[in-house]
Amino acid sequence: MSARPYKWIGTRPNRPDGADKVTGRARFGADFALPGQLHGKVLRSPHAHAIIKSIDVSAAAALPGVKAVVTSKDFPEQPNLTVPAGEMQVNLRDVTRNVMAREKVLYDGHAVAAVAATTEAIANEALALIKVEYEVLPHVIDVEAAMAPDAPILNDQLRTEGIDPRPENPTNIAKRLDFAKGDAAAGFAQAEIVVQHRYTTQPVHQGYIEPHAALASASADGQVQVWSTTQGHFQVRGFCSRLLNIETSQIRVTPTEIGGGFGGKTVVYLEPVAIRLSQKSGKPVKMVMSREEVFRASGPTSGGIVEVKIGAMKDGTIVAAECMVALQAGAFPGSPVGPACMCSFACYDIANIKVVGFDVVSNRPKVAAYRAPGAPISCWGVESTMDMLAQELGMDPIELRLKNAAKEGTKTHYGPTFNRIGLVETLEAAKASPHYQSPVKRGFARGVAAGFWFNVGADSSAAVHVGEDGTVTVISGNPDIGGSRASLALMAAEELGIDYNKVRPIIADTASIGFNFVTGGSRVTFATGLAVVNATKDAVRDLKIRAAKIWEVEPEAVIWEDGMAKPASSNVGEFEPLSLAQLAAMAGKTGGPINGHAQLNAQGAGPGFGVHIVDLAVDPETGIVTIDRYTAVQDVGTAIHPSYVEGQLQGGAVQGIGWALNEEYIYNARGRLDNAGFLDYRIPVASDLPMIETVLVEVPNPAHPYGVRGVGEVPIVPPMAAIGNAIARATGVRFGDLPMSPPRVSAALDAVRPAMAAE
Amino acid sequence: MSKLHVSTIINGEPTEFLCDGRQTVLDVLREQLSLTGSKEGCGSGDCGACSILVDGRLVCSCLMLGAEAEGKSIETIEGMASGEELHPLQKKFVEMAALQCGICTPGVLVASKALLDRNPDPTETEVRYWLAGNLCRCTGYDKIVRAVMDVAAEMRETAR
Repeated sequence: MSARPYKWIGTRPNRPDGADKVTGRARFGADFALPGQLHGKVLRSPHAHAIIKSIDVSAAAALPGVKAVVTSKDFPEQPNLTVPAGEMQVNLRDVTRNVMAREKVLYDGHAVAAVAATTEAIANEALALIKVEYEVLPHVIDVEAAMAPDAPILNDQLRTEGIDPRPENPTNIAKRLDFAKGDAAAGFAQAEIVVQHRYTTQPVHQGYIEPHAALASASADGQVQVWSTTQGHFQVRGFCSRLLNIETSQIRVTPTEIGGGFGGKTVVYLEPVAIRLSQKSGKPVKMVMSREEVFRASGPTSGGIVEVKIGAMKDGTIVAAECMVALQAGAFPGSPVGPACMCSFACYDIANIKVVGFDVVSNRPKVAAYRAPGAPISCWGVESTMDMLAQELGMDPIELRLKNAAKEGTKTHYGPTFNRIGLVETLEAAKASPHYQSPVKRGFARGVAAGFWFNVGADSSAAVHVGEDGTVTVISGNPDIGGSRASLALMAAEELGIDYNKVRPIIADTASIGFNFVTGGSRVTFATGLAVVNATKDAVRDLKIRAAKIWEVEPEAVIWEDGMAKPASSNVGEFEPLSLAQLAAMAGKTGGPINGHAQLNAQGAGPGFGVHIVDLAVDPETGIVTIDRYTAVQDVGTAIHPSYVEGQLQGGAVQGIGWALNEEYIYNARGRLDNAGFLDYRIPVASDLPMIETVLVEVPNPAHPYGVRGVGEVPIVPPMAAIGNAIARATGVRFGDLPMSPPRVSAALDAVRPAMAAE
Repeated sequence: MSKLHVSTIINGEPTEFLCDGRQTVLDVLREQLSLTGSKEGCGSGDCGACSILVDGRLVCSCLMLGAEAEGKSIETIEGMASGEELHPLQKKFVEMAALQCGICTPGVLVASKALLDRNPDPTETEVRYWLAGNLCRCTGYDKIVRAVMDVAAEMRETAR
C-alpha cells in the first residue's frame, strides 16, 4: 500500500469527550435537572387493541402534589401528512396518536395519559387514579395473521396503497411495493438450478442501554426549552413544533449525551408530552422511561416474512431472482419495507429481478429505524438462499458471490447505477483474510454472508471559529453517538494543517447552529464531515485574504500549507509564512473575527458492502450455538479514525449475533409483551462472544474530499445469514426462522434425528 | 412517611443523607447527592450501568436500598480517578476506544476495577465472565476486553 497522503486522517487520537465519559461527568438524558422541576409519568394501555370509551382524570388531578394531567385532548389533531423521521417516513396524524392514543389503543404499552407531580412517587400514585374505560377488541400480533382477510382491523380508514385500482375494503396491508429489472419469469425459464426458501424474523429492539429521557421548560411567553437524548435535536424541534403548533424559533432543543440509539432515537415519545405538561403546570417537567416502557412502547424494528427464489446456471451465474418481503410496521403504517426490498439483491449483478414488498400494521409498538432498517431482514433470506445455491453447486460461497458481484456500472433493481463501489475488493479481502485462510476446526463449521447499505447524505450545517490564539472550535449539530466528534475534528485538523488537539469540536443546540438532519443513515462523518470540511475551507479562504492584506498582495497570491499562509511563489515576494496563531492575533486589524460556515445537502453518499465470516459449533443436546471466531470485512471508504470504524463493525456484528441467536419480542395470548426486560430479552453479553476481528477495505468515495463512506449500518446486515449458513453446514438443517435460539435449534435437530438414526 | 437518616462513606468522604424507605442507593446517589455518573439502564440488576463497590464488593446500586448503605463504604465512578490523574483503566478505555456512546462505561469501569483488585492476571475468559453482568450495546465488547487485559498486564509490570 502506498503511504498515506494525510497527516491526521487515519490516526487514532483520544476522543475529545473521552475524559468526561470515563469519569461519569458526561451528562446523558436522565442527568439533567432544573430547579423546581416536576416528574412526569405516562399511563400506558394494558390492552393490545381497545376503544377508549372514556378517561376520567379528576381523582388524579386532585391528588396533592399533582400539577398537571394530559390526555389526547391536549394535543391538536394533525393532518394526514408524511414527513421524514430518520431513515423512515412517518405520518403526522399517526405520530400524534402514537405520542398519546386518541380513539383507540393499538398496542400493549400505548400511552393514554400523563401526569406531572412534585415527586415520582406521587406521579405514580396519580397514574393509578386515572380511570380509563376500554372496550377491548380482538387483536392481531403476527404479520401473516394481520394480512389474512378476516384479521382484526386496526384502522378502518386504511386501504392498500400501491395497488391499482386501490382496493375499497379496510385492510392491515398499508402498502404494496414492486421493483423489477429485466424479466424474472424468462430468467427462471433459462435457469439450470433453482433454489428457494421461506424465512421469518421476529421484531428486535435497538436495545440502547440509556432509556428515553426528556426535560422540558415552557415559559409563560411561549418560549420552550428541551433537553433530550436524541439522535436528532432538530427533528425533536420539528416534531414538537408540528404536534403542538409552536413555531420552531420558539423551541430550543439541546441534545444531551446520548446513550445509544441505533435509529431508535430518531422519533419523539416523551418530548411533546413533557412540553405540554410544562405548559399546563408552569414548571419544568422531567420524564424518563423505565426499561419496561422502552420495550413496550418505543420502536423495535420489524419482524417479517421473506420468500426468496434464485435461479442460476451450472457455472454459478445467477440469471433470475425473486423476493417477497412482508414487514410488520407496528400499530401505524411505515415499516422499513422499502429499503428491505431495495437492499435485497443490491450485492449482485443479476439481469432479471422481481421484488415485492408489503407494509403491514398489527397490534405492536410502531417500529422505528434500527441500523440499516429493513436490510438485515431481506438479506437474511437472500444470503441464506445464496448459501443454498453455493451448496447445490458445490461452489465456494465467496467465489459464488464474486462471480455475481455488483460493481461500478451495475444497474440496481431499484433504479440507480452504482458509482465506484468496493464489493469485489471486500470479497477478495474476505477470501484472503487470516480467518478464511485458516482450516475449520474439528467440530466447527464456517458460514459466510454479504450485506449492503446505501448510506445517506442529506442536510448538514457546520461552523468553524478561529479563537484569538489560533486554536479552533468546530461547531456542528449532530449528537455524537460513537466518536463522531473525533472524526470531525480530524478532518478539520487535516484541512487546516494544525494539531488535532488544537481543534475542539462541540455539538450545538438548535438555536446555535443551522439545521442538521439526524445522526443516522451512516451520514454524519460523510455529510456533516463534508460541511465541516467546507466550513474549514471557508475559514482558510478568509485566512488567505488576511495574509494578502498584511502582505499587500492579491489573495490569489497566497496559499495555505501546513497551517500557514505562504506566498504562492517567489514572484509574489519574499514573505515569512504567517501561522494560524499569528493571523488570529492580528484578526482585529485585518477585518475582525475569522470564522467559516457551510451548509449543504450532501449528495453522493457512497454505498457500503460488508462480508462476514463466522466459525461456530452447535451443541445437539441443548441447541446452544457457540461462536468461536468472527470476522467482519467491509469497504469503509476512508477510515478517518480507524478505531471507531472498527468499533462500528464490531458493535454491528454483535447486534446481528443477538438478532440471529436470541433476541425476540414474545407476546402472550392477550397480546401483552411477556419479555419487557433485559433478563428475558437477552442481548449478547461479553461471555457469549469471541473477539470480533475486522478487515477495513478502503475504496474511497469519490463524492467526499477524504473518500468517506458511511460505515455504521452495513455491519448488522450479514450476521444472521452468516450464522444460519454456518449452522446449516454444521447440522445439515437449514433454518428459516429467527432467532436460532437454543429451544428452536434443539427442536429442529430433534425433528431430523430419528431420520438420521434410521439411516 | 418520615425519612431515614443514613451515615455512610462515599468515595472516601463521610456522607449523610435522608432517604425514603423505598429509594435505592442509585436513586440517592443520582437525586440526593448529584452523583449522576452511575446510570440507570434497567432498574432490575440486568445491565450493570449502575455498578458501585460496597465495602469492596461489586453491587448493582439499583438493587440496594439507600437505608442499607448505613455504615458502609461506597465507591462510585466519581471516585475512580485521583485528582487529575485518571485510573489506568480510565486512560486505557479512552486510548483504545473501548467506549462508543459511553452510557455503560462507568459501570464497566467500576466492575473492571473490582476484577483487577481481586485478580490481577485474568484470562480473556475470566474478563468476559466477570463483565457478563455489564451490558454494552455499542462495542461488541472486543475493545473493552482488550483494554482490561492490557491494563492488567501494565499494572502487573508496574507492580514488579
